[in-house]
Amino acid sequence: MIAAVEPWVVLTLAAALFLIGLVGLIVRRNLLVILMCIELMLNAVNLTFVTFAQAQSDMGGQMATFFIIVVAAAESAVGLGLLIAMFRTLRSVNTDDLRLLRE
Amino acid sequence: MTAEISPLFFYLFGGVAIACAMMVVLMKNPVTSAFNLVLVFFALSAIYALMGAHLIAALQILVYAGAVMVLFVFVIMLLNASDPSFDLKRSPLMIKILAPLAGLGIFAFLVRVFKESDFLVQSSFYTPEMVEAMGGNSRVIARLMFSEYILPFEATSLLLLAAIVGTVAIAMRKKPEKQKSAQLNKEGVSG
Repeated sequence: MIAAVEPWVVLTLAAALFLIGLVGLIVRRNLLVILMCIELMLNAVNLTFVTFAQAQSDMGGQMATFFIIVVAAAESAVGLGLLIAMFRTLRSVNTDDLRLLRE
Repeated sequence: MTAEISPLFFYLFGGVAIACAMMVVLMKNPVTSAFNLVLVFFALSAIYALMGAHLIAALQILVYAGAVMVLFVFVIMLLNASDPSFDLKRSPLMIKILAPLAGLGIFAFLVRVFKESDFLVQSSFYTPEMVEAMGGNSRVIARLMFSEYILPFEATSLLLLAAIVGTVAIAMRKKPEKQKSAQLNKEGVSG
């Protein structure tokens, strides 16, 4: 029998997801995948909020999660709009091609 | 409350979430990444349901696995994923090695903090029994949303409106001159 799940185990899972998303954000060069990694990080934060809400018997954490979901949906819509604009001008979604200020 | 989570299902869904999150980062094809991300969302939704946050679990499926991922897949198809620009030029080797190492370091630090601290005090009003007596998770959240959190809720509607207008403004094709001249030509022909 496995021991009961303590809050710190759930927090550890959330931290692992967040850091996977962060490493992907740094390593990947495709703007689509970078946006997906941001979604992953937001989801990890949601899990942390819900864990604390349950551990402290407080509904504020779940309300915060609700608002984060809304903001994440708006953020991905705007981000994908920017991505389409970038693809239209550069014919690429590779972040290495965004170097107008460097040249 | 968290002691009631079934360990078997928690570790099952947690493992699925971690494995699919790794696939999102490691797979070369954005379509594969997108579908692995859907699996992460479903696993997280299952974990929310295990923890008793039923409304959040439903919203996770509806908003993330439904709306957001459809948007992602739609954009991937729109941009033509077989385009050569989707060939990945990876980051420099230094970043590829250092980023996971830094991530592991922060992870070890966070795990230590979570394990050592005892900030998880039972303090507040909404114990599981209380929530049950008040009619369940969804009803309690709905009451809170339209009383205590009404101002943030209305602000969210403004945010969504701004996001819609902004997205259309950004993604709109800008060719006003040509369109105008074409219209003028048409009017000239018909007139």
